[in-house]
Amino acid sequence: MPELKEITIDKEIDARGSFCPGPLMELIRGMKALPVGGVLAVLSSDPGSAKDIPAWIQKAKHDYLGAFPEQGYTRFIARKAH
Amino acid sequence: MPQHIVIVGGGVGGTIVANLLARSLHRLEAEITLIDSTGKHAYMPGWLYLPFNQLSAESDQLIRPERDLLSSHVHLVIGEVQKIDTQNRELHVRQSQGLDEIVGTGGASAAVYPYDYLVLATGARLVPADLPGLVEGEGKWHHFYSAEGSLQLREALHTFEGGRIVITVGGIPYRCPPAPLEFTFLLDEWLRKRGLRDRTEIHYLYPLPRVFPIETVAEVATPLLEERNVQYTIFFNTEAVDTEHKLISSLEGEAILYDLLVLVPPHRGASVIEESGLGDEQGWLPTDRATLEVKEQPYIYALGDATDLPVSKSGSAAHFEAKVVAHRLIAQIHGEEPGNGEATYDGEVMCFLETGQNRATQLVFNYEHPPRPPRPSLYYHMEKQLFNRAYWHIVPQGLV
Repeated sequence: MPELKEITIDKEIDARGSFCPGPLMELIRGMKALPVGGVLAVLSSDPGSAKDIPAWIQKAKHDYLGAFPEQGYTRFIARKAH
Repeated sequence: MPQHIVIVGGGVGGTIVANLLARSLHRLEAEITLIDSTGKHAYMPGWLYLPFNQLSAESDQLIRPERDLLSSHVHLVIGEVQKIDTQNRELHVRQSQGLDEIVGTGGASAAVYPYDYLVLATGARLVPADLPGLVEGEGKWHHFYSAEGSLQLREALHTFEGGRIVITVGGIPYRCPPAPLEFTFLLDEWLRKRGLRDRTEIHYLYPLPRVFPIETVAEVATPLLEERNVQYTIFFNTEAVDTEHKLISSLEGEAILYDLLVLVPPHRGASVIEESGLGDEQGWLPTDRATLEVKEQPYIYALGDATDLPVSKSGSAAHFEAKVVAHRLIAQIHGEEPGNGEATYDGEVMCFLETGQNRATQLVFNYEHPPRPPRPSLYYHMEKQLFNRAYWHIVPQGLV
């Protein structure tokens, strides 16, 4: 897993405090809009994201670059693979 | 000199803002103009019921003239905003009717409206072209996200004799997140009444790892789907529809055959937002989650479906946001600091989820607190039915 400082983020979505539609939906929406190879970060304060986000990235076969905890939220980062 | 406040969009949010401003600001303080492309106000939640009942698309439970819902202090312009010029603070509008009708232009004329403050309540639009297969297959798939679409779906259901009905969404975000679940429950009930349920497989597909974005709501809805014998597949993000072979496929690599497809079309923000360079990739306005100001655009507010906020695109969110926008504008016109409580949006949404069989539950939440939906009951169903009728008399006017 790379260090946060080694990753260049192309787009960051602040989905903190989002229950509906929620951080995963923001991530999927962001991924669809991003060009292939683009790196997306989503900020989430929803504890469910730790499970949902990696699970979707794996299912959709994108590259999961990691979850980086911050004060009161987590930054999830993924690269669009196809 | 009165300040010019222009509101674009005569949906629930724009209409409430206009009426609240009209009530609190004197004509000498503010000239309030609302520009709407149709001049008609639709009650969109009513479209959900159209496939199952006999209301007409022109029923006054579904659509009414915008003028009838606005204070006389609000100047209504029926026309299409073609450009938002933020440098010069003016709007270029193609008016479809009006006193200044020009002979030879089919009643259309161009006009420029200057503003001191602008409220963008431009909503969402359906863009089937964003999902491969939908434009080519027009008429061979269905939705209930417009009055016309709902009526076509009603026709399709009334000639349906059995098979597999697939219900899903074509993109994220879409208006009214509970609607596909509600449709599924109402469809199950309707098929049972018509004696078709044992010949019909209902298959609900959803993009997330559960049947609804919010876990607490999914916990209520999932057992209901199972109880009603509805199949469901999660992590299904629709990638393409092949209407010739009646096949729907997902980003995750799955494909499912159907006999009747009910799919919420992909949504985007209004064309004028994209064309004026104000929106993100999908045309949603970057909006401050608390103040509802459009980011880096002084004097412009956004609300409702038009924003990029992480709250549900719903009339309810627009309703609560409208009060905040009106409160802030009134303070600005009066040269006061907006008060804290009413001048900040906290993500509040309150909506119902119809679960069929004359029952419903209620979702109340904000940025900080997820909903705790009560057990579905006749009480909430009746409350929703009452709201569907009361809406016209209390909501657009800003009375609640």
